[in-house]
Amino acid sequence: MNAKAKLFSYNSANTPIHRLSGLTKLICFLLLTFAIMFSYDLRVILAVTLFALAVLRAAQIQFSQIRLMVLYVLVFVLTNAVISFFFAPEQGVLIYGTRHNIFPIYGGYQLTWEQAFYQTTKFFKYLSVVPFGIIFLLTTNPSEFASALNGVGVNYKAAFAVALTLRYFPDVQRDYRDISLAQQARGLELSNKAKFFDRFKNSLLIVIPLIFSSLDRIEVISNAMDLRGFAKGKTRTWYAAKKLTGLDYAAILISILIFLAAISVSVWINHSRFYNPFL
Amino acid sequence: MNKEPIIEFQNFSFQYYSQAEPTLRDINLKIYRGEKILIVGPSGSGKSTLGHCLNGLIPFAYKGEIEGSLKINGLETKEQNIFNLSKIVGTVLQDADGQFVGLTAGEDIAFALENDNIPQSEMRARVQKTAQMVDMQNWLGSSPFELSGGQKQRVSLAGVMIDDVDILLFDEPLANLDPATGKTAIEIIDEIHNQSQKTVIIIEHRLEDVLHCDVDRVIVFHDGRIIADMNPHDLVSSATLTENGIREPLYITALKYAGIPVTSAMQPGYISTLQTELSREALNVWYRAMPAEEKKSAAPRILSIEHLNFSYDGVRRILNDINIEIQQGEMVAIVGKNGAGKSTLSKLLCGFEKPDSGAMRYQSEDLRDKSIKERAELIGLVMQNPNQMISKPMIYDEVALGLRLRNLPEEQIAERVEKILKICGLAPFKAWPISALSYGQKKRVTIASILVLDPKILILDEPTAGQDFRHYTEIMEFLVELHKIGLTILMITHDMHLMLEYAPRAIVLAGGEKIADAPASSVLTDESVIHKANLKETSLFHLASMAGIENATNFVQGFIDYERRVKRR
Repeated sequence: MNAKAKLFSYNSANTPIHRLSGLTKLICFLLLTFAIMFSYDLRVILAVTLFALAVLRAAQIQFSQIRLMVLYVLVFVLTNAVISFFFAPEQGVLIYGTRHNIFPIYGGYQLTWEQAFYQTTKFFKYLSVVPFGIIFLLTTNPSEFASALNGVGVNYKAAFAVALTLRYFPDVQRDYRDISLAQQARGLELSNKAKFFDRFKNSLLIVIPLIFSSLDRIEVISNAMDLRGFAKGKTRTWYAAKKLTGLDYAAILISILIFLAAISVSVWINHSRFYNPFL
Repeated sequence: MNKEPIIEFQNFSFQYYSQAEPTLRDINLKIYRGEKILIVGPSGSGKSTLGHCLNGLIPFAYKGEIEGSLKINGLETKEQNIFNLSKIVGTVLQDADGQFVGLTAGEDIAFALENDNIPQSEMRARVQKTAQMVDMQNWLGSSPFELSGGQKQRVSLAGVMIDDVDILLFDEPLANLDPATGKTAIEIIDEIHNQSQKTVIIIEHRLEDVLHCDVDRVIVFHDGRIIADMNPHDLVSSATLTENGIREPLYITALKYAGIPVTSAMQPGYISTLQTELSREALNVWYRAMPAEEKKSAAPRILSIEHLNFSYDGVRRILNDINIEIQQGEMVAIVGKNGAGKSTLSKLLCGFEKPDSGAMRYQSEDLRDKSIKERAELIGLVMQNPNQMISKPMIYDEVALGLRLRNLPEEQIAERVEKILKICGLAPFKAWPISALSYGQKKRVTIASILVLDPKILILDEPTAGQDFRHYTEIMEFLVELHKIGLTILMITHDMHLMLEYAPRAIVLAGGEKIADAPASSVLTDESVIHKANLKETSLFHLASMAGIENATNFVQGFIDYERRVKRR
């Protein structure tokens, strides 16, 4: 299998991060993401980002594996920054209650230190969620995760559906690529040379074959599952299930501490969700 | 043999609610405990439907009307449910990839146990034990990507055997396997049958490949009815096969060409039991009378590939220093096991991937300077699964798509599409929706939609995969027609019959290298190439050696030439 096809999908390796249960990773992911989403304190956000990068390293994830995803997010976050500036150039002034002009841009637009600081904070806020998402996606065994979801009371059919989706992600991705190339050979233009509406119409030329070939796949897998007794009982056991270990509790504890720390900074130090260096 | 049948059909008929006619009509069949049964028949003959009736997909997943009775282990199946039946009948489906439910081999084998709420510790022990039966105990942690086609099939087999079922049902087990893996699969089934004494039912249209090992009875389906139920020796010496669109073993065809009447006394069911004492002389006479086919003069070169190298990750070479020259109007087979680099080669030619180094030329034009779209006007690629290409509901629109995307005027499009539809035999269906077409016709539509761009070279990925003899012949004869009007055709294939019958030249890839480039007759009689590329020697090779003919390659080539002359007539 080539490396490109494994993009975005679970890679097995033996690191402490991989050894964590899927449930633990979900809990930690939610706690840390919430901590970042709650806080508008650049110091807190940067600290958590550094922590995320350390975990990324511990999970032995190579940059080449995630380059594409990082690129997409960067483009998205930058676009978002530009647009939000043009729609609300005074947001920073409104939040921090002071005005320190840097320079005028055009017409009524003024760039202020407040706005620059606010947008930098937001930029890192979005960016710092990415490593956690990547870690979760790349180090969680879908089946084991399904068993964990089932363990906390999620219906096992739903849990299994989640696992199957994660599992087929790389396959569908590969199909998409093959179909897209074959359609490009027939003359399909996907670059920005085509008009927006044409591009939308053209994307249907890929999506329709993708749906039909995926339906073939679904029929086979659902027959295979029926024939081996899936959904016959109210419960099922899991070959891939893992028991929570000391490592899991430690990870959850660390995440809770980070979460509480982020909240405490807002409540006790900043007295607001924002850190205000302008006062 | 046990008197008690384990499976008993009585006046059994079945009609899908979605069909106007019954798919199975008036089936009466008894299968006894421990028997090994082969069920053959062309596509649409009802053989797969019969399999669905046995494992409970009918009527529990596919709805329809049942008449008559089907008893398994003495119990009427329509009063059971699919889960009870799955404890008696274990089904191995044809698509080894698609039926892989688990993320690893171990998990896949355990799937049925998970659904039975077996505790994890017991589950692991039973998986270990069952994996040993199919020799997969060292691969339990591997993902499907890391397993070969044959290994995946072993996993599927273990996954149904873990329940200790009484009946093992194989639905077209050979469809997606290369020849050598298919041969091994048949041997594994045989081994399991001998060890476990389970009842084994194999549904397959590739008769000769299944008859690599013993079977007790062969049941022939046609139009939803059982038209023959006999042992292999009687079957191949009767006219049943040829009359019903099932390919007879090649050595039988050869014997017939040599004018030797095939009788069941010759034990012709398997090549290993075939008695040739009396036919040796006739075979030799036929062999000596074969005229030497004159060599065609070399046509101008249309495609050249020089020192081509490629890898996806920069580490493992998928293609290593490939050199190939194709002449105008050739029909070439590209063969080799999965992962040998065949599909990658076609992707490089079409510009879907960029080579690390090396040159590719169309006549004298460098292909590397051309975009995917420009190359498509020289080299057309037809993907294996028509569903991966079809994106319009109507045939006309689908074929016209490539031209419309090139913004040609609509009158010109109409003219070109009509011409192609005529060439492809699709003119009568012009206004039809694609959903009304059979698989083979859909394949034609995809070929037409590529041909409309007027490429000079056509590459087909597994053009006949999963097709029965009639559809196979239909598709291949169609390609021959295209070949006759001057198209150069490259076919990526596992099918050895296709190589023998339709490819004067075969290029063999193994481990990313070209290991042979020769007529199919010499490739399929060369043991070292056969071994490296997961091919299988043709039964004609054995027939030649049984008849004491030294030059098997010439014999095979003579057979091919003879057959071509017969067909041309």
